[in-house]
Amino acid sequence: MKPDNLNPPEFQEKNGKAAIITENLSCSYRKRPVLENITLTINHGDYVGIVGPNGSGKSTFIRALIGLGEIAEGNVTIFETALERFSQWWRIGYLPQFLQHLPHPFPATVNEIVSLGLMAGKRPPRRLKALDMTRINETLALLGISDIRSKQIGELSGGQQQRVLLARALVNDPDLLILDEPTTALDPETRERFYSIVGEMNRNRKVTVLLVTHDSGAIGKHASKMLYLDKKALFYGSFEDFCLSREMSETFGEHTQHIICHRH
Amino acid sequence: MNIPELLTYGFIQRAILTGVMIGILCSLLGLFLILRRMSLIGDGLAHVTFGATAITASLRLYSAYSLLATIPIMLASSLLILKLTDKTRLSGDVAIGIISSAGIAIGIIVTSNGGGYNTDIFGYLFGNILAISREEVLIAFLLFVFVSLMICFFYNDLFYISFNEELAKISGIRTRLINSMLALLTALSVLLAMKLVGIMLISSLLILPAASALQVARSFRTCLILSATQGSLSVILGIYVALCVNLPASATIVLINLLIFLAATSVKRLFSKEKRAITAGSKAAV
Repeated sequence: MKPDNLNPPEFQEKNGKAAIITENLSCSYRKRPVLENITLTINHGDYVGIVGPNGSGKSTFIRALIGLGEIAEGNVTIFETALERFSQWWRIGYLPQFLQHLPHPFPATVNEIVSLGLMAGKRPPRRLKALDMTRINETLALLGISDIRSKQIGELSGGQQQRVLLARALVNDPDLLILDEPTTALDPETRERFYSIVGEMNRNRKVTVLLVTHDSGAIGKHASKMLYLDKKALFYGSFEDFCLSREMSETFGEHTQHIICHRH
Repeated sequence: MNIPELLTYGFIQRAILTGVMIGILCSLLGLFLILRRMSLIGDGLAHVTFGATAITASLRLYSAYSLLATIPIMLASSLLILKLTDKTRLSGDVAIGIISSAGIAIGIIVTSNGGGYNTDIFGYLFGNILAISREEVLIAFLLFVFVSLMICFFYNDLFYISFNEELAKISGIRTRLINSMLALLTALSVLLAMKLVGIMLISSLLILPAASALQVARSFRTCLILSATQGSLSVILGIYVALCVNLPASATIVLINLLIFLAATSVKRLFSKEKRAITAGSKAAV
């Protein structure tokens, strides 16, 4: 699908206001162009699966949406506010790729790390209130990590650390959840639980989800829209259109496309 | 000499009071600096202090005024280190190295033109806490109150950027501002610490208490409390031992910090060995 047709009218009208709009967005990494000319609209309540080969700019794209990447050209609008002026950070939960650069040994307990997720909605000194503690307890319970709340983050396994970081992203009850390869360190059981929690948030609370993953099965089960990136947006449309797209089966690979679509 | 007798001397009271304040400040900031991989900024700024002090000493200012006159130079240098790292894409240690060597070079030129090393400069190089004046105690107290309030007020911001700067940024924390504030507060503390342990040993006061706390503390809050406790206790103990055995106070304070660090590492090793043995035992039982 060509960039001009990236936003069929029904996507823009279905849920009213858009969560994210990008206009001619081009991104670079250390001055090197990575993504070119991306124009699309992500509506409230969309669950967008972002796929593409390694190095295709998936992470660069989602990082640019929240002001962490280098935007060479174009505009990003989040919740109807230009990115440069955006300040409602409490509405966004971001889970980066597994934190490899966690300072070691970082002296913080699981409780302390999860509480960081609540800082966005506060002003310095950003003190926690009783209600915040309840929210932390609920989130820890939701992810099944209440029993390790007093452990130091560095003592945990990779999977447990990832669940803690997810708890940090969810604790503020965000309207937009951006997940970058969230399940790489998780065992199959926890992975299932993780996707079912995110899926429920999307269905019941209309939380908009952007999911970058190589886990084709997960995308097939949950995504309502697909974005295929490879230096530019080669496809952006409904999940059903993605499955019917002959162009996508040629580009993305018939086998992978089959895995995604078959499991849906 | 017993402690109550020592405490009757005004110069010892001043030394302990100021020393404890400086010890607490350096150990608190030291934890953030270590976690932000900026621990050598203290060393770099200390070298700048040498240049700045040489300039103010050459103006033959009274000790307390000289301390005040050095503040703007220190603040500017700390911001310059951040700016260099930001604008030239140099890593932090390179920027610190550049500013640090510039500070030393300026210091040497100014001192050599002023007729060689005078006692003031010698005191700043190796510390002279026992010679601290009433005005300097007052300046130290005001700076201590200011820096402590800033740390308390921005505790969560500092904690967040120490954990992960990018996540802090998209939580609405003004990371650039907090980084600048950390550098500025460090500059002020280094300036005070120069009187306590001297330029040559300042980084140890920033690094050692926090490094010891990191060995044993589980939570961030405990780590800060342990670090500050070591920072203050080591100063009291250091001054006492130095007076009893007639040693330089600055070096004694640093060595006591080093001993506590070694003890903390041994405790950690002991506990992890015990933990491994328990785990192996329970596995064998299964």
